[in-house]
Amino acid sequence: MKILVCIKQVPDMESKFKVNAAGNWYEETDLAWRMNEYDEYAVEQAVQLKTQVGDADLCVLCIGSDRVKETMKKALAMGCDRGFHIADDESHLKDPFAIASLIAGYAKEQSFDLIFTGMQSQDRGSAQVGVLVAEMLGIPSLTTLVEFSYADGEINAKRELEGGIKAKVSCKTPALVTCQLGLNTPRYPTLPNIMKAKKKELLSTPVAEFNPVAAILETLQVAPPEKKGGGLILEGDPAELADQLIKILKEKTTALA
Amino acid sequence: MKTLLIAEYRDGKLLGTSSELINFSAQLGAGSAMFLVGSENALPGYSGKLYLAEATPATEFNPGLHKQLILEVIAKEQPQMVVLPHSSYGWDLAPRLALALNAAQISEVVEIKDGTLVVPSCNAKLRRQVKATTDISVVTLQGGAFTPADDPTGAPEVIKLEATSGGDIQFKGYEAAAATAVDLSKAEIIVSAGRGIGKPENLQMIENLAKALKGEYGASRPVVDAEWAEQSRQVGTTGQTVTPKLYVACGISGAIQHLAGMKKSEFVLAINTDKDAPIGEIADVLAVADLKQLVPILTEKLNAL
Ligand SMILES: Cc1cc2nc3c(=O)[nH]c(=O)nc-3n(C[C@H](O)[C@H](O)[C@H](O)COP(=O)(O)OP(=O)(O)OC[C@H]3O[C@@H](n4cnc5c(N)ncnc54)[C@H](O)[C@@H]3O)c2cc1C
Repeated sequence: MKILVCIKQVPDMESKFKVNAAGNWYEETDLAWRMNEYDEYAVEQAVQLKTQVGDADLCVLCIGSDRVKETMKKALAMGCDRGFHIADDESHLKDPFAIASLIAGYAKEQSFDLIFTGMQSQDRGSAQVGVLVAEMLGIPSLTTLVEFSYADGEINAKRELEGGIKAKVSCKTPALVTCQLGLNTPRYPTLPNIMKAKKKELLSTPVAEFNPVAAILETLQVAPPEKKGGGLILEGDPAELADQLIKILKEKTTALA
Repeated sequence: MKTLLIAEYRDGKLLGTSSELINFSAQLGAGSAMFLVGSENALPGYSGKLYLAEATPATEFNPGLHKQLILEVIAKEQPQMVVLPHSSYGWDLAPRLALALNAAQISEVVEIKDGTLVVPSCNAKLRRQVKATTDISVVTLQGGAFTPADDPTGAPEVIKLEATSGGDIQFKGYEAAAATAVDLSKAEIIVSAGRGIGKPENLQMIENLAKALKGEYGASRPVVDAEWAEQSRQVGTTGQTVTPKLYVACGISGAIQHLAGMKKSEFVLAINTDKDAPIGEIADVLAVADLKQLVPILTEKLNAL
């Protein structure tokens, strides 16, 4: 069985974001980088599937600058067999259509039985790439999964809907699934596995070799949201803060009445 | 400009998002038509053409079929924009339509600015103003961003579509939400724990603060996903919607899916180390502090009152 898992490296969302000089994305310096949270679930599910079927090749794909290799190594340490890196210093300028075209181009040659992606990225949050890849390949896609099982060429899964309701769905492989938070419990790579991962194949290919298509979505401007104001911001010593908060709760709410 | 609005229907009910689609289209000053796989017994308030296919177990969730039907309607109506809710239905269907139409997709629109669309990035810490370079575009709307002041009225002119079954995805029914052990929707005071609590043992201090305030404790999704708290404690789009008099958000960043479940609270106090956390946008008070220090002191002082 051939399995692909697609991951993205994103900044820690607790970072302070500054708009870049071109005004079309955030400034990439001074940020702590990590694996997109949704993709951790995708990697975990792919590794579990590999363990289940035994005879499988599990490839992790990532598009971005050399910096993203760190995140790919985490996926390798979690249990992926090999890494395929599409080296692109300007991946942040590509829209979901351009990114999906690159992935589909690679996947088409490789004929994977199953492709895992996160349901969206934490930075761009478009929730498009997975479904686009599947549509480009002409295979079914199941999105927003919180439960997944595979047997004999068939996927049985649950999609998460609003309000905690789930939809039971199934399809045959080859297929693509997008993973939602809570699908499983992503493992922490152990030290021996981190060491082993260093020896695994991590192939880098320049993006130009994939004839990238042009983006069809243009970013006109990026800016922090306008502060609507109103909210009071309090800082200082915790004991003093507590006194201030109690005073406010007494004055502004009936909570302490 | 003309839009095609894709309304949403589930398990015998029309979902409320159709009014947001109508309002968005009106704000753009566009004419519109609507599409729905649903039922004649649950029609939206709308004065316009509604292309309706009957929802059956085989057609209700069937994105391949919905795509085909919508493409037929698009061929007739020639809209420049196809509009869906940014929901589990919309974000699943939209990219399928976008690729078939060679259209750029704009996800989770929150605002119309100078005729172009604005979407959030990085957990709402940034906003991007974007433009499709294609003739037709597909957009999804963030829930609540275009809620009209008054629900639209009118009776649509229904045009029936023939929906055959088939497709490569089988829908096998719904599974109800887990029974709620605690009904947070009735709580007057809620203290919620977010990922910022750091470890499961720290949930205790959140519970203690809730007790000191004579309220219930709730949680954000990562706390539930990590099984530190039960599912029935989760506040947000995929958990409970709450409207307490006081909501205390401890170590919660304020992602849109969390805000959707608690923004109608009367008073919101946020405790967060990050002064720029998006929760600050809706909080009445943001105490910039480490919850591990502030929460125990606050609890102690409340208990001493
Ligand atoms: C389809 C969908 C549905 C979803 N449904 C829900 C839902 O129903 N409910 C929900 O909550 N989420 C939901 N989510 C997830 C949501 O997008 C966020 O990932 C989630 O709400 C983040 O939870 P959080 O704020 O606890 O964690 P984070 O975003 O990680 O934030 C942690 C916060 O804690 C602060 N912090 C860290 N340490 C401390 C400290 N010592 N003291 C004080 N503050 C500290 C940080 O500054 C940060 O702001 C959904 C997502 C999707 C895609």
